[in-house]
Amino acid sequence: MRAHYLEASGVRPVPADPRGVLAGTHYLDGDFACGEGAMAAGCRFVAGYPITPSTEIVERIGRRFPFVGGIFIQMEDELASMAAVVGGSWTGTKCMTVTSGPGFSLMMENIGLAAMMETPVVVVDVQRAGPSTGLPTMVGQGDMMQARWGSHGDYGVIALSPRSPQEAFDLTIDAFNLAELYRVPVLMMMDECVGHMTEKVVIPPADQIEIVPRRLTKQSPAEYLPYRADESLVPEMIRAGDGYRFHTTGLTHDERGYPTMTVEAQQVLVRRLVDKIQKNAHKIIRVEEDQTAGADVVVVSYGITSRVAQLGVEMARERGARVGTLRLVVCWPFPEARIRELARVVKAFVVPEINFGQMSLEVERCAAGRAITTGVPHAGGGVHDPEEICRAILEAAR
Amino acid sequence: MSPLIQLGTPEAREHPITPYIRMDRMPHIWCPTCGIGTVLKCYGTALGRSKLDLDKVSVVSGIGCTGRVAGYVKMDSFHSTHGRALPFATGLKLGRPELNVTVFSGDGDLIGIGGNHFIHAARRNMDLLVILVNNFIYGMTGGQNAPTTPLTARSSTMPLGNFERPFNLPHLAVTCGATYVARWTSMHTAQMTRTFTEALKRKGFRFIEVIAPCSTLYARLNKLGTGLDLMTYYRDNFEIRNKADTRELDLDFQSKIICGKFVDEERPTFLEAMEAHYRDALGDQYVPMPPEGGMLHGQD
Ligand SMILES: Cc1ncc(C[n+]2csc(CCOP(=O)(O)OP(=O)(O)O)c2C)c(N)n1
Ligand code: SF4
Ligand SMILES: [Mg+2]
Repeated sequence: MRAHYLEASGVRPVPADPRGVLAGTHYLDGDFACGEGAMAAGCRFVAGYPITPSTEIVERIGRRFPFVGGIFIQMEDELASMAAVVGGSWTGTKCMTVTSGPGFSLMMENIGLAAMMETPVVVVDVQRAGPSTGLPTMVGQGDMMQARWGSHGDYGVIALSPRSPQEAFDLTIDAFNLAELYRVPVLMMMDECVGHMTEKVVIPPADQIEIVPRRLTKQSPAEYLPYRADESLVPEMIRAGDGYRFHTTGLTHDERGYPTMTVEAQQVLVRRLVDKIQKNAHKIIRVEEDQTAGADVVVVSYGITSRVAQLGVEMARERGARVGTLRLVVCWPFPEARIRELARVVKAFVVPEINFGQMSLEVERCAAGRAITTGVPHAGGGVHDPEEICRAILEAAR
Repeated sequence: MSPLIQLGTPEAREHPITPYIRMDRMPHIWCPTCGIGTVLKCYGTALGRSKLDLDKVSVVSGIGCTGRVAGYVKMDSFHSTHGRALPFATGLKLGRPELNVTVFSGDGDLIGIGGNHFIHAARRNMDLLVILVNNFIYGMTGGQNAPTTPLTARSSTMPLGNFERPFNLPHLAVTCGATYVARWTSMHTAQMTRTFTEALKRKGFRFIEVIAPCSTLYARLNKLGTGLDLMTYYRDNFEIRNKADTRELDLDFQSKIICGKFVDEERPTFLEAMEAHYRDALGDQYVPMPPEGGMLHGQD
């Protein structure tokens, strides 16, 4: 069955390039699975700088790329890695960089550049516990708001959060497809647990993997304007070396891509950068719900915490609570409408996450006082005790 | 009627580098007598002489007065972020190896905030032509001290004169591994054009420093007169010393400026070294990135 976001886009996908697809059943950790997902998605340029717990992704890619026709380069830092993949993407080659908290912070300026130039790229953040160097080898989920707002100014992004190695593979492919569909940086918000956990990963044959190729314009260089968008709000793209002689800049620009230092140009451009995600959010958003109908309490979670929360939910059910779950597969854009809808019928949301309250703020905002939002914070370095989540559910259900 | 208007038809008056410039973006933002425009003119002339397929030439800039060059060249051109022109260009080159990529930016951009990228791009012998306009200052932001400001020269953040030792850029480039290194001033239009033409056809990390003191801020802060006075100064104080020992190329305040081509040698570029290495290690199993890039085709 074709994924909802692909169906909704109306774009006809193509089969994956078999060279990048290691079809079969494997026993892989989430990092390796993410690397395989990237190669299956057609990624052929990766720039990165080593950082635990993400390094295995580039190690996997570095080893396999020479057989696949891709180039991996270890850059001098994450500023360079991010800039390199933005540049690389303008050649039509699919690009990715991979990091964890400290490197993610360094990437922010050029993530903004990617958003401003409308460059499709995938950035993987295997989250560890911060702030600063924090607990380098141990889990965290503290970069969720940074993913949304980390670069200065307003722009839209897409962020995904896998809960297993299989999803690390599947969602990495989706990340590349979404980047092409919306011309935005797509952030794969993994976490150390999922990155380092080893499970069965099924990689389908290439002809069963659906890929959105670079959507190059068919207009001639004479008629084409790099930043003119139709109702989809996403302009058609070109690539360097094809004779379009285009210009692109991080400055506010007009449809030609030329710097335009006016309030009006800013309004038109930034409005569209925000709207192209906001107005298409219903096509992008993906949640997984279980037993939310008739529930008193809904547990909202993502990544590794959704697996731990499941235990807490089952414990609470055994003690008679009517509790449902909503898992964020796509974290940004946030499923505002669905949370609003649920807030009218449930008593409370319980939001466990390995931070002191990030996505729970979104839940609270959308619930707008109609239902209570209880965060279950964790400072990082480990996962929640399911008993604690169970207690929060029972408390909220009362 | 003014003599200018009598010059003839518009065609006859078209500037020779019009084919390389986005005329729809004129007038440019640079101050009168600023040297950056001259360097761009020489680059345009060199492109014409080089007979390169301009569809395959890309220009990348960072941020600054010099960084605006990318916005004026009529080729695929990228105005990136402050300091990151080199890694951006690295991605562009590796994403589509057949591209001929020029990085055009300022001293603050390439050597101050971007210094780490500079030393590594040179070390890797990344296939990039780097044109650095050294105006001794941060021009765009109003004349602050740069890592190239000569000792004792005034800047807006060192109003009593700079006490930090500046970089000797050709020496820095050579030590880091650049395979083609030259320096001219913005007065040396003929030599600069020849160097650009030659360098466009070379491989590897090619570094050309063009001295063009900011005629608005640096000249005013240091009481150096007008743009014309700066030119007169170059004329009286340069020396061409090809193959000079780069250790001797320091620039002191209002000192003699040693120009020329200092280094021109061959060493495998990043891509050449990588391909040779993998071919050696993997034989026929090695699948190199195609020259036209790794784009997945097939939708149409
Ligand atoms: C990250 C960041 N820091 C600071 C700035 C402000 N800034 C813009 S241009 C510039 C200096 C440019 O100096 P240089 O590269 O020498 O270019 P010039 O204007 O002298 O040609 C600075 C500091 C910026 N744009 N981005
Ligand atoms: S401020 Fe200086 S460097 Fe910038 S355009 Fe004017 S003269 Fe040139
Ligand atoms: Mg400068």
